[in-house]
Amino acid sequence: MSLRSDWLPLALLAAIAIAALPLMPSAPTWITLTIAGLAMGMMIFIMASGLTLVFGLMDVMNFAHGAFISVGAYAGASVLLTMKSATRASSLASNLAAIVPAVLAAMALAGALGWFFERVVVRPVYGDHLKQILVTTGGLIVCEELIHVVWGPDLIALPRPATLTGSVLFGDAAVERYRMLAVFVGLGVFAAMWLVLNRTKIGLLIRAGVENTEMVEALGYRIRRIFVAVFITGSALAGLGGIMWAMYQESLTAAMGMQVMVVIFIVIIIGGLGSVGGCFVGALLVGLLANYIGYVAPKLALGSNILLMVLILLWRPRGLYPAGK
Amino acid sequence: MAELLALRGVNTRIGQYHILHGVDFGVEPNSLTMLLGRNGAGKTTCLRTIMGLWRASAGSIQFDGADIARTLTPELARLGIAYVPENMGIFAGLTVSENLVLAARHGPLDAKRLDWIFALFPALKKFWHSFAGNLSGGQKQMLAIARAIVEPRRLLLVDEPSKGLAPAIVQAMIDAFQELKRETTLLVVEQNFHFARALGDAVVVMDSGRIVHRGRMAELAADEALQQRLLGLALDTHQ
Amino acid sequence: MIARLLSGDLPRSRSLAVALALIVLGLAAAPFVFPGTRSLNVAAKVAVFILLVASYDLLLGYTGIVSFAHTMFFGIGGYGVAIAAAKLGPTWWNLALGVVAALALALALAFAIGLLSLRVRAIFFAMITLAVASFFQILASQLSAFTGGEDGLNFRLPELLRNRLTAYYAVFLIALALFLVLLRVVNSPFGRVLLAVRENEFRAEALGYRTVIYRTIANCLGALLATAAGVLYAIWLRYTGPDTTLSFAIMIDLLLMVVIGGMGTMYGAAIGATLFVIAQNYLQDLMKLAADATSGVPMLPALLHPDRWLLWLGTLFIVCVYYFPAGIVGRLRAR
Repeated sequence: MSLRSDWLPLALLAAIAIAALPLMPSAPTWITLTIAGLAMGMMIFIMASGLTLVFGLMDVMNFAHGAFISVGAYAGASVLLTMKSATRASSLASNLAAIVPAVLAAMALAGALGWFFERVVVRPVYGDHLKQILVTTGGLIVCEELIHVVWGPDLIALPRPATLTGSVLFGDAAVERYRMLAVFVGLGVFAAMWLVLNRTKIGLLIRAGVENTEMVEALGYRIRRIFVAVFITGSALAGLGGIMWAMYQESLTAAMGMQVMVVIFIVIIIGGLGSVGGCFVGALLVGLLANYIGYVAPKLALGSNILLMVLILLWRPRGLYPAGK
Repeated sequence: MAELLALRGVNTRIGQYHILHGVDFGVEPNSLTMLLGRNGAGKTTCLRTIMGLWRASAGSIQFDGADIARTLTPELARLGIAYVPENMGIFAGLTVSENLVLAARHGPLDAKRLDWIFALFPALKKFWHSFAGNLSGGQKQMLAIARAIVEPRRLLLVDEPSKGLAPAIVQAMIDAFQELKRETTLLVVEQNFHFARALGDAVVVMDSGRIVHRGRMAELAADEALQQRLLGLALDTHQ
Repeated sequence: MIARLLSGDLPRSRSLAVALALIVLGLAAAPFVFPGTRSLNVAAKVAVFILLVASYDLLLGYTGIVSFAHTMFFGIGGYGVAIAAAKLGPTWWNLALGVVAALALALALAFAIGLLSLRVRAIFFAMITLAVASFFQILASQLSAFTGGEDGLNFRLPELLRNRLTAYYAVFLIALALFLVLLRVVNSPFGRVLLAVRENEFRAEALGYRTVIYRTIANCLGALLATAAGVLYAIWLRYTGPDTTLSFAIMIDLLLMVVIGGMGTMYGAAIGATLFVIAQNYLQDLMKLAADATSGVPMLPALLHPDRWLLWLGTLFIVCVYYFPAGIVGRLRAR
């Protein structure tokens, strides 16, 4: 994560935010949209970070990552919906009493599914990219169908907990409470990942492993043991992202994971496969752009991600922060 | 003197290619053995097979009496074998200090040892906090070797340490290796005969995946006709 | 003579030959043997999808590349016909115009995608094709004035094709002809190089083949044939919309068909497509019966619910990738 040395992409992020300002009718609108964009970006980052790290370290592209997102969302939602009295109460404490278990359930179930996947589905096809793509895509379909079996095929409505609904006014700017929470959680996750990757020995191993797994082994580390841990962590993060995304959209469908996969792929390609820092910047870029363009030129909004990806690839063909391999 | 490392009848296949054919040689302890040969002779494959990065399809590899042909790479490193690959294998996104910390598996860096490394390679001290990717080719090579010696090792496998380096740096390398010879055993692959002649105690020559000569370096250095035959070049030539 | 027709690629298995013969005869005689609109629809869909899946097998089974953009080309074919017929009028001339425009667009896109992504790793390529296909899907639903948006386009056909029987045989015969063309391609020197590239790209390059060129050609050819399949489907349905052509569900179905049928065999496409389309239409009825019969048991009815048939097919798909990479055709030939 060499964010410290290469500040150009960060400058790009700031530039886009600043450039959007004159296009807005008023500063408060800009504030609302910027927070919305950052919130969306943070949630996408949480969902995508696991995937890019798994790919960078283990050279495995898990197309079933979307399933972890959906499963996490459903697990969390099940908890929230059973604790209706806690979520409807107007006290933060009561809400948290429901949210914390929901998040833990989401991460636990997604992580467990990740463990199962790594052992049973992915391990037999290490090194064979073609089979990986096929098998994980198959896994995605099967998981989605199993969600239908367990939770039913219909869309489930998920109202936000009472203290997280509505907006707060900063002067004239209305900022949704939930979006502020998303930004904090996202920053928290990023900070935690940054600390682990840059201040711990295991993080050092992971960063080195992303660049050159063979050499790490030649230095005497059994890095394959870390693979499982990284895969499970990535899956758990996907689960966290899933429940957050579900609360953001206030609804769940089995296909939600798959639907957000295209954006996630775009973000990790923009960021550079294997780079958590790149994923962070890429996700924020995508989030901001989607919100700004969604306001200014709605018809272009959906395609803006892909145009952004093409432009970034023309500038840096391996993504913003290529992480080796 | 019992050999520290002994290869007997080692064959290695990569995909459908049969690269090593019955490789047979040994490395004496506390010496520097040079592994020479033309491009594509199989020297790198040899080192990689010893290090477990490629699996020998037949034959035995003995290290200090134990068969290591089936041992996994991390275990080999823990037995005290260090590997410096041809592309140096340094981690460009990590700093010089992080590269060395990672290599020091047994705990914090030993200050005295670090001073010794800095004496051999002063540039590493200067660029201690820089990203390894920003170093010059010669400095990267120094870092790669420093990594291999940051803790005492029993055997160093080094692949083309002088490749692409300026003559002044090559001399610094030779000096460093002279010091290393005193404390450990080395098996070094080289194409630069000048480098090889300056450092080698024993020499093994490969061609097309087979050993075609084994002996003392001094003898080979004195025999120009033999050099010409084995390596296609005369004395004092380097790449 | 049969051998020449099949470009020397014989079924090499009695059961397979019988199955294939049944499929061809069944499709040829469908209007008479299986009367009724529903069965004729199924037959037409089988014919179209055999071609579509075979064109995908060229990419996946023979060239070894996973592309998620195949349904995009299917859609381009369908929309080419639909837009021409709906906006310009149902004449032969307009139809031809639509088809040519669709093929040209498909070729350009396939070429661009190929150049952009075939130089990179398989994973990158798969992700980019997913993004491009998704973009196209968005485009199709957004440019609703042109494409009819989410509702798609209904249109009429030239006089001759309005007769259902004629339309059916046009679709069937063209699909059959193009399938035979594919057989010819994969059994030609070009096809053999593709297989060599798939097996060991490094070696193929070392032998002097510019693998990027071969893969780009294969990519373009697959795209063109998928477009043709799209044209045929549109002609049959007299409708094109995002659901019938561009959806990711169809892309998944293609993957399932080609892997379960047998990758790299062409006949696998025929078997896979036939089984899949028939199952999609008739197996679901069976599943409903089973679900109702087990209504007392917990979980079981939900697992057997007809909407869950992808669960079983998906599992079969995964099993095939691990244990039967040559699919049904491989199993039949192994006997």
